[in-house]
Amino acid sequence: MIIFDDVSVTYADSTRPVLSHVNLQIPEGELVLVVGRTGSGKSTLLRCVNGLVPHFTGGTLSGRVTVAGRDTRTHPPRELADVVGIVPQDPMSGFVTDIVEDELAYGMESLGLPSDLMRRRVEETLDLLGLAHLRNRSLMSLSGGERQRVAIGAVLTTHPSVLVLDEPTSALDPGAAEEVLAALQRLVHDLGVTVLLAEHRLERVVQYADRVIVVPGDGMPILVGTPDHIMIDAPVAPPVVELGRLAGWSPLPLSVRDARRAAGPLRERLAPLVDDAARRSRSTMHVIAGTPALSLSDVSVRHGQVHALRGINVAVDKGEIVAVMGRNGAGKSTLLGTLVGLHTPGSGSASVGGSAPSSLKGRSLIRRVGLVPQEPTHLLVADSVGEECRATDHDCNLTPGTTRTALDRLAPGVSDDMHPRDLSEGQRLALALAVVLAADPPVLLLDEPTRGLDYVAKKQLVSTLRSLAAEGRCVLLATHDVELVAEVATRVLVLADGEIVADGPVTDVVMGSPMFAPQISKVLSPQPWLTVAEVAAALEPAS
Amino acid sequence: MNRRSAHILGEKAAPRWTHPGAWWVWALGLATAASRTTNPLLLALLIAVAGWVVSRRRPDAPWARSYAVFLRLGLAVIAIRVGFAVLLGSGIGTHVIVTLPELPLPSWAAGVSIGGPITAEELLTALYQGAVLAAMLACIGAANSLASPTRLLASVPAALYEVGVAVIVAMSFAPQLVADVSRVRTARRLRGRSDRGIRALAGSAMPVLEGALERAIDLAAAMDSRGYGRVGAASAQTRLIARILLLVALMGICVGVYALLDGGTPGALALPLLALGCIAAITAMLLAGRRTARSRYRPDPWALPEWLVSASGVVAGAVFVVTSMIDPIALTGPTAPPAWPALPLLPVVALMIAALPGLVTPLPPGSRAFRGASAGESSASESAASERTTREEVPA
Repeated sequence: MIIFDDVSVTYADSTRPVLSHVNLQIPEGELVLVVGRTGSGKSTLLRCVNGLVPHFTGGTLSGRVTVAGRDTRTHPPRELADVVGIVPQDPMSGFVTDIVEDELAYGMESLGLPSDLMRRRVEETLDLLGLAHLRNRSLMSLSGGERQRVAIGAVLTTHPSVLVLDEPTSALDPGAAEEVLAALQRLVHDLGVTVLLAEHRLERVVQYADRVIVVPGDGMPILVGTPDHIMIDAPVAPPVVELGRLAGWSPLPLSVRDARRAAGPLRERLAPLVDDAARRSRSTMHVIAGTPALSLSDVSVRHGQVHALRGINVAVDKGEIVAVMGRNGAGKSTLLGTLVGLHTPGSGSASVGGSAPSSLKGRSLIRRVGLVPQEPTHLLVADSVGEECRATDHDCNLTPGTTRTALDRLAPGVSDDMHPRDLSEGQRLALALAVVLAADPPVLLLDEPTRGLDYVAKKQLVSTLRSLAAEGRCVLLATHDVELVAEVATRVLVLADGEIVADGPVTDVVMGSPMFAPQISKVLSPQPWLTVAEVAAALEPAS
Repeated sequence: MNRRSAHILGEKAAPRWTHPGAWWVWALGLATAASRTTNPLLLALLIAVAGWVVSRRRPDAPWARSYAVFLRLGLAVIAIRVGFAVLLGSGIGTHVIVTLPELPLPSWAAGVSIGGPITAEELLTALYQGAVLAAMLACIGAANSLASPTRLLASVPAALYEVGVAVIVAMSFAPQLVADVSRVRTARRLRGRSDRGIRALAGSAMPVLEGALERAIDLAAAMDSRGYGRVGAASAQTRLIARILLLVALMGICVGVYALLDGGTPGALALPLLALGCIAAITAMLLAGRRTARSRYRPDPWALPEWLVSASGVVAGAVFVVTSMIDPIALTGPTAPPAWPALPLLPVVALMIAALPGLVTPLPPGSRAFRGASAGESSASESAASERTTREEVPA
């Protein structure tokens, strides 16, 4: 179905090829997962399939890409629109119309399909993806998961034989991600669609993949293989795989189900160690009781008709790392926004370091609380890293070079003259963190920090957050990433419809939940293990 | 007839989009009416009628909030117009309200005066003239709120499609820009910088423009990969002729409409230009219609409600145009001497007719008005209603 024949891609402004000599054959009806670090060329590989590279992006492509017998050299993206459907990373950026139903029909209109056929296919697609109740809604009013499903539906209506998705679940809560993946499964199994998808969250998708393509980056040759083969020595792997490696299981489990069936003996070995581990597991906690670093009492916030927060009561101490979880649209971002004064509570009061955040301005605000927004670039204003650091030093009255040093500690080797846009996700997050931490706020808020982060960058973030908490800062992070929560958080808040539905230590809150439990906890329940590192640490003295 | 129309008109009819073209005809009719009168009572009534229709038939979409923006723009126009009258007043009239100190100007600037006596006549003239512009802006704002830009695009003939896309992308640029500005201001707050003032504005200009440009490129990529602009069967020559005709048509229509709205241009110029534009447009469409491979999903029908909407606008416009020829005094706000304006009967009736669309059109699908009507929204059930909205926003 898709054939890459000795394909190399070099962009106009660089000397090194992004992809070099890629040979690849993907047969019909396969679900292929593309993994690799940020900036390794995953997106380039995906965009080659429908000719966006090089017809749209520029650059030089040597070799030949053939899709359903059509050469992308002679067929620009619009001439491949009936064969390949491509869903961009941010679904909003690909929407052409403003109503769900019209968006689904757009591609078919471009292809000139007869109207009765369009009518039928729109209805079928609405049902297939569970969108029927949203048909007349404005696209702007949809939640992240709904948008993603509409974006998939919009390319499905033309019945493409190939579907290409760039990180379809990165912005979604676990429930919504499962919905999207279930829909993809159905397309592959029932309709024989070939699916090519890039994703960082291996734990979500690896068990569905027929094959995995590893793009190592820097023009090194790509690796292709079945998931269990690739996972044996992959540098990055989902927690079940790491557990499998630790316990020496063969074949390596890829899903929680496989791992649970193999985990019987391991659970027996771990059973006597549970109490000991419970004492040790959170020994890294540095909670300083006393005056809470931040508190919300009976806070309600409204956006027009929507009650984003209702009667929130919470106090967080210094040294705590609190994860705020909940589905898309549950009020997580509003909660963080309220704490930096972006939203004024309609009733109740918010307090950060003793004052109401909405009354603070300028330096007095950033000295008390810092927020790293979902899109770190939104915080960055200058057009080079060096300029950004100098501006921050100036803003915070620091000796020149302080921010730069902080950045080097968080992410070494970022050159001064790079544009923030050209950094990898991890480096960008580090830069935003350095900017926010320059004012030395005792309260740090992060909104979806692991979105788009690869495993290496995520490890870096985990250690950064731990050391920040050890310094006595209080960290609040809104996230969908259950593995990150298991790794780093000391406490979890679960929001639903703007209300707190759970608040407590990580183990208590996530253990029983089918949505929020990390993979290790699902494999080893009812024992209270959350991460591979915990299991490894417990086994060490025993063995 | 009566019985049948009960099912396709008004709130009882199945919710559907009213043809955007009908709304634009209606709004342009009202705008024509506004351009022919300086009577403040009629202008206020006209703005109220437009606002009432908008409030009853506005769909629940981001672009539908533009009516308030246009109203504010109208107020600004009035303020500027009156401000200039105060500053550069020539002192015509006898009812002096206040005399400002006059700035002495050199002899070469004779005829221009800054400050000096301000008369009621002058102020009223400025106020009424500003109000005319404000009313016309309100009409445009009403059309913007009622007619979805993308549905308008969908009903644009195939030949005009490419021009239409350019216009629509430009139109969606504006609300996005507003969102970007607020995003950048948030960022400035988080960086501890002031979020108001000239420096803040200068500091946010670059990121905002960059973001807008990036999105335009993303949109172009998305449209391309979804088959936009696939080539049909027509030859290059036909396409060229169609494009030239299209340009002529657009110019003819624009100039014609301008002439119609601007009372100063003789009607003899307006109508032929409009006719020429329409003929060119139809020819271009016939020529280019052959080449495009597009089809249309559920086109908005042009049925009885559409006829009524456009007719009510045309009637209002026509009544004002005719009255301005027969009885111009009725439509003029009296300024010399200042007096309470009369309320002529016929134009008022015409404006009442122009309010009909608020009653006869079907509700737009998924609008708040529709949800409220179906669920009997009341203040007591407000929390239930909000629960419903939140639940709808979250996948079950």
